Amino acid sequence: MSHNHSDNGTNGLPTVVLDPRLSPGAVAADPLSDDAKARVRTLAAEAIARYPRARSAIMPLLYLAQAEQGYVSPDGIKLVAELLGLTTAEVASVSTFYTMYKRRRCGDYHVGVCTNTLCAILGGDAIFAALKDHLGVANSGTTLDGKVTLEHIECNAACDYAPVVMVNWEFFDNQTVETAKGLVDKLRSGDLPLPTRGAPLITHVETSRVLAGFADGLVGEGPSAGPESLAGLELAKERKESAPAIGAAAEKRA
Amino acid sequence: MTFSLTPVLTANWGTPNSWTLAAYQRTGGYGALRDALTMAPDALIQLVKDSGLRGRGGAGFPTGMKWGFIPQGDGKPHYLVVNADESEPGTCKDIPLMMASPHTLLEGVLISAYAIRASQAFIYVRGEVLHVVRRLLNAVEEAKVAGFIGTNVLGSDFDIDVVVHIGAGAYICGEETALLESLEGFRGQPRLRPPFPAVEGLYACPTVINNVETISSVPAIVRGGADWFKKMGSEKSPGFKIFSLSGHVARPGQYEAPLGITLRELLDATGGMRDGHELKFWTPGGSSTPLFTAEHLDVPLDFEGPPVHGSMLGTTALQLFDETTCVVRAVLRWSEFYAHESCGKCTPCREGVFWYVQILERLERGEGDEHDLDTLLDLSENILGRAFCALGDGATSPVTSSIQYFRDEYIAHFDGRGCPFDPVASTVFAGADA
Repeated sequence: MSHNHSDNGTNGLPTVVLDPRLSPGAVAADPLSDDAKARVRTLAAEAIARYPRARSAIMPLLYLAQAEQGYVSPDGIKLVAELLGLTTAEVASVSTFYTMYKRRRCGDYHVGVCTNTLCAILGGDAIFAALKDHLGVANSGTTLDGKVTLEHIECNAACDYAPVVMVNWEFFDNQTVETAKGLVDKLRSGDLPLPTRGAPLITHVETSRVLAGFADGLVGEGPSAGPESLAGLELAKERKESAPAIGAAAEKRA
Repeated sequence: MTFSLTPVLTANWGTPNSWTLAAYQRTGGYGALRDALTMAPDALIQLVKDSGLRGRGGAGFPTGMKWGFIPQGDGKPHYLVVNADESEPGTCKDIPLMMASPHTLLEGVLISAYAIRASQAFIYVRGEVLHVVRRLLNAVEEAKVAGFIGTNVLGSDFDIDVVVHIGAGAYICGEETALLESLEGFRGQPRLRPPFPAVEGLYACPTVINNVETISSVPAIVRGGADWFKKMGSEKSPGFKIFSLSGHVARPGQYEAPLGITLRELLDATGGMRDGHELKFWTPGGSSTPLFTAEHLDVPLDFEGPPVHGSMLGTTALQLFDETTCVVRAVLRWSEFYAHESCGKCTPCREGVFWYVQILERLERGEGDEHDLDTLLDLSENILGRAFCALGDGATSPVTSSIQYFRDEYIAHFDGRGCPFDPVASTVFAGADA
């Protein structure tokens, strides 16, 4: 039995069921509005000021461009190039290196199913297959209502919560096929589910603005840690164990 | 050695709002910074050397020695860069740390920057963890308001700025020189060394790059002292470490314990494998560390133990798989990961991992033969040690170790019928809703 992602050709490029609105022609004719450019320019100045050298701000600037259009468009690349004094080729060489900069408009909710080994074996492969079928999209495909973009992702540093699904890079831990289907149904109906560890969901474009380094006031939402993160601490309490006490001499010095 | 858990970095994760400055200060937070600022920077470097702290990102390089490589009085800016790009498959310690207690890291950043005479620090965090990004951004803002970040910190002559730099989904940026390229605004591709980052790192200036867990351990060392730190762990690998237990186990999670514990001790304490199943193979420190089997339950998990048996401590990401798991499928998945993440700079890695996937797919379908195993091993020899960075080396680990321990299982795939395992049996919801 094969566990390959059937939509991954041997050249590693996913084949995608394209919404006609997202065809390359539509992308080319997708200019940033003047308002959007103004917003990017304002925040870009702040982002550039963080760094000793302007070029270091290319990543936040690409996120800012993505926050306007749901992906990094040719027009977005042009604007970032202009802001940093680079060529569009230089900017495109960076934007295409990183998978979180989307080359096609992403849905409101990016659903990433971890199919790296541990999650895959614990159920991620089954979840990803079921969601492709349930949503009628291939890898990187977007539902026709523009709500959900489905993608298989690599290890997201939550293996103790496997299988893991990320929605707009918030954790939905310990998923099953059924919970994952319920999750995407809710995303499409607008009845937004709460992440296991994180804030109430924001849209993909809003997410991009936070990833440009601009806080959105939601830091206080969600727990400090999930139960698995606390498993060792709980066990230490049960076993009445702790690190050696800090000596009096050291305490005094401190 | 008697096994005992030693929560230090994880100790405050369960307290309400542990991620806030107020909560962190209630448990003594930023006391170590006050103390450190009364010491000479060189005395701090000596303290970290004396503690024996070694890098927690996988390589185990002595932290104090790394700091000591930074030239002093050279007139150039010095930089501290925290590698918070945690992406090694199986590794899940830094992300919960930064979500629950970003100030632990930040206090470590400030002390470490002071020690190496840096006035600019960066925390390079992976982008795929939105809420962790929020917690980091907030911690930096809180620390600025409190006067821990800025000019003349706490009345000293120490000036420091800290910037949270957010990645965009490239595993390779966890490699320190690729990280620097990315931070400078380029594609994240590794640099040739020498020069090493301590001499020419960020913007060609002296730069220290340390893992989150390493830097986060520094405040505790300042508080407790080197001798206290060395009460935990083994002689050459002192201190506490977060062990990340995941997979087919009864109680997955983060367990902070002294270096040198064994997987058997950890499993005994946590209820072992899931009910009715037995351990088949595991990684001691992420997918880039060669696989272990049940034979290796008693290997001390410190920097010295696993190499004796052909593996590495890595990131102490203990991924455990039981007898329902097809090792060929597991290795295929990991190889797909490396193929996806290879940056393409070095031919042996770029081409080698591509062919891994082609061959392993064929094997898993039941269309391979023993010749393919020889090809896989031959490819591995041509990848290992032949690229700028360790990504390709890591990619060979699951391939060569799985053939070493499970050759028969590969051969069992050769009858043309394909994988003999039922993938449903290895899911956590086997028998439930799947």
